[in-house]
This record gives sequence, structure tokens and C-alpha cells, in this order.
Amino acid sequence: MVNRVVVGAHYGLRDWLIQRISALVMVIYSVSLVGYLLLQDNFSYDVWTGIFANLAMRTFSLLFLLALFYHAWIGIRDIVMDYIKPASIRLVIHTLVVLALIVYTIWSVQILWGS
Amino acid sequence: MRFSIYRYNPDTDSAPYMRDYELTLPPGDMMLLDAILLLKQQDDSLSLRKSCREGVCGSDAMNINGRNGLACITPLSSLKQPIVLRPLPGLPVIRDLIVDMTQFFKQYHSIKPYLINNNPPPETERLQSPAEREHLNGLYECILCGCCTTACPSFWWNPDKFVGPAGLLQAYRFIADTRDEATAERLDDLEDPYRLFRCHTIMNCVDVCPKELNPTEAIGKIKDLMIKRVV
Repeated sequence: MVNRVVVGAHYGLRDWLIQRISALVMVIYSVSLVGYLLLQDNFSYDVWTGIFANLAMRTFSLLFLLALFYHAWIGIRDIVMDYIKPASIRLVIHTLVVLALIVYTIWSVQILWGS
Repeated sequence: MRFSIYRYNPDTDSAPYMRDYELTLPPGDMMLLDAILLLKQQDDSLSLRKSCREGVCGSDAMNINGRNGLACITPLSSLKQPIVLRPLPGLPVIRDLIVDMTQFFKQYHSIKPYLINNNPPPETERLQSPAEREHLNGLYECILCGCCTTACPSFWWNPDKFVGPAGLLQAYRFIADTRDEATAERLDDLEDPYRLFRCHTIMNCVDVCPKELNPTEAIGKIKDLMIKRVV
């Protein structure tokens, strides 16, 4: 194969935009959760489980985690693009990261909706 | 006044080294370039590029006390001693303070830095209203000295793929020009994870630009247009 500099993958905008929006989701979730917890006089295990008994809170938590995983995917891919040069190693790392994030997503659903 | 200057002559030196210089200055302030030229009288093997000596040609860009800038418009009085001079980072060194700008200009040429307009030219010039011309302010003033691009870590890691702040500022200069008709092609060309989106908005470019231009803002405006195009 000839060694040419290849660019022009024609993506980038969508990921860049998703990274911004997912950051916003994470900020709103983190600030509201931490704020709510700080306002509790008597913070106990019951309060903690009580928060997550609420369906809306479970959904918001899953949204937060999905935002986190997608954000992490873009961030890690960016780091790999900067520092790992051979395309084959890069592809392997990308694949492992994606698979791990999919597993985390399934695991998150299990934690939030499990008994 | 004390100086420590990066020296490297590939014909005689096996590795680059820093050499110390002492200079007794005439009274009054002067620009760094004047001082380097006095040093060159002491040691004529010291090599650098310079031309206009007034911040217009952009030849004498170098790393001054860890910060990229033009020697000809940097007053000596603004610098802490010893003044450490190195070539621009991230580009191959040809000799001493002279770097090989080939990669920098390759990226600049890749954005097609000229008006693209396939309409037959009118009898006179293609005119712009003062308001249309206003959009080019803060863009056309770039002298391509390379201070911003060589201060950008994204360019250090991917100089062959990332256009760099100087090139992207010029890309926006032609997107912003009402006489140019290739906006869609220009946006297509930059809609790429490497060419534009290696920029992570750390703003080193804005920090060092000797002409006080704002490549980060121009990059943001390109992204705004891309968003406008898809939503």
C-alpha cells in the first residue's frame, strides 16, 4: 500500500456537537443530584434508594450515563488519534473501547432497573 | 544582557545545544531583533531569518522565553533574563533559529487560499459593500509567521493532517468573503475529524498571535456555519 496522508472522513461536526450537548446533560444532572443530596438533613441509605425508586430519576440517570459514555468515546478516540499512529493498533483500541462502553451501558440498565 | 540561544548546524553538530551570550547594550530600549543582530556581529555563525524588521513580513518568528513571537516587535525591556531563544517548536530545524516551514505552507495551500468564483468577471472589480468588507477585518491581516500554528499541540501531534490555526483563519477569511462562491466545498473540505476538529479550543493561537488576531473565533465561526448547514 502506498503511504499517503489520507484525510476527508467527512465526520467530526456531529461528534463535536454531541460532545458539547452531552457535557451539558452531565452538568445539569451532576449539579442537581449533588445539590439535592446537600439539601438533605438526614442523608441515609433510604434517602439514596428513595431517589432512584423514582422512574423519572432512573431515566435521567440513564440519560446521564449514556451522555457520559458517548462523551468518553469521543474523548478517548481523540486521544488515540493524537498519540497512537499505526492504524491497526488504533482500530483495536477503538473496538475495545466501544465494546467496553456497550457493556457499561447494559450494566447501567441492570443497576438502575435491577432489584 | 544575557542570552541563551539554541544552536544547531546539521553539518557540524551531532545534536542541538544552548549557547550563552553576553551583550553590552547602548542606552535606551531596543527590539529583540536589533540585539540579535548585534550578537551576530560577535558570532556571525548565528543564523536566523529576518526581513522587514517591523512585524509585517513574519520572517523572524521564534520562541522567545518559551513563547512564540516576532523578534522585531518584541521590546528587550519586556523580557526576563537570560533571554532564551529557540526555533519555533514542532517544525524541523534547518539551522539555529531557522525552521523548515514546508508543512505549514502545505496546510495553508490545502485550504485554497484564493477567491473561487466561476462567474465571468465584470467590467470593473467585483465590488463589496463596506459592511461586507467589514467581515474580513481580523482575518486578512494574518502575515503567516507561523507563531500560532507552531504553538498548537494539535498541530504538533498531526502536522500532516490538522490544518492548524493560521490555515483555518485563512479558510474562514475566504468563507467570509462575499465574492467567493465555494463556501459549500470549503465546508466539505474541513468537515473532517483531523483537518478542523483536532482543534480543542485551548487558544494558544490567540495567546501568541503577534498581530492580535483570533483564530479560535474564526474556527468557531466555521463550526457555526457547519451547524447552520445541517440543522
